[in-house]
Amino acid sequence: MKDLSLHILDIVQNSIRAKAKLIEIEIDERSAENKLIITISDNGSGMSEDQLERAIDPFYTSRTTRKVGLGLSLFKQNAETTAGSFKLESELGKGTKVTAVFGLKHLDRPVMGDLVGTLILLICSSGGIDYVFKHKTSSGEFEFDIRDIKQTLENVPINHPDVRLFLKELLQENLEHIQITE
Amino acid sequence: MNKIKSLADLKKLQAEVQSKIKLREKGDNPEHLIQIKVSMSTCGIASGAKETMTFLIEELDHQGIDSVITQVGCMGYCYAEPTIELTIPGQKPVVYGYVNKTKAQEIIEKHIKLNVMVDGIIPITFSSIDN
Repeated sequence: MKDLSLHILDIVQNSIRAKAKLIEIEIDERSAENKLIITISDNGSGMSEDQLERAIDPFYTSRTTRKVGLGLSLFKQNAETTAGSFKLESELGKGTKVTAVFGLKHLDRPVMGDLVGTLILLICSSGGIDYVFKHKTSSGEFEFDIRDIKQTLENVPINHPDVRLFLKELLQENLEHIQITE
Repeated sequence: MNKIKSLADLKKLQAEVQSKIKLREKGDNPEHLIQIKVSMSTCGIASGAKETMTFLIEELDHQGIDSVITQVGCMGYCYAEPTIELTIPGQKPVVYGYVNKTKAQEIIEKHIKLNVMVDGIIPITFSSIDN
């Protein structure tokens, strides 16, 4: 994947397949510690201990359309290449949590990419799934809970073009305000 | 922590949109709408599926073409990503491969608007043993 926003999009697909109803994406930029921490957690079906052990293996997948599952292993590889780390936690019936730590200033760290575009795509095209997005930097914090948005919109669909544009501008303004990394 | 900048602004937008919105239940009767499923697997995302899906959403909205566009998992055509499955009401689904923005535009202009299929269809290559 050429940027971190695509990794986030990819890992969230696992949560969607696991029938999650709530997906939380958290990005924590810690300049003082030279760390960029991305956490994606869900309340989906979770994995058994056996599945959890094998999930990082690129030649293990629960899909039937192909024999490989590259998302987690690529994410792990990218994190570790930047002197970071990777952790996968899951409990059957409860959900899964993926935590990837990247070296914030490491030369090999992929750029953040089109984070706003990724979030809009997820929010506006995934039906009944709720998202909570949090982004912390040394300049501030921003939290976005789609449940607040849906409550305000009442019966106006979240994927209405005007709503989509509003949300895009809201995200862009707030992320610029807290000066997220490239 | 900054919460949402202005729910009041969103509420105003909600009131504006509410007055214009059609009452049709889009999600409940998708079989009457053009349906597009975009494969959003690892190989798809790495090949540009996100840009394809974003383009389809915006362009179909811009042209006022009623449709339901959803992301789905791997359809198995990893060699031809990005792939989409297009279903026109009353017709069988068709899978297109190598769908970048240019191909997506062509699919909209010819297949969706004129019902003329274009190059790039991934054919069904299996057959039943009874045949």
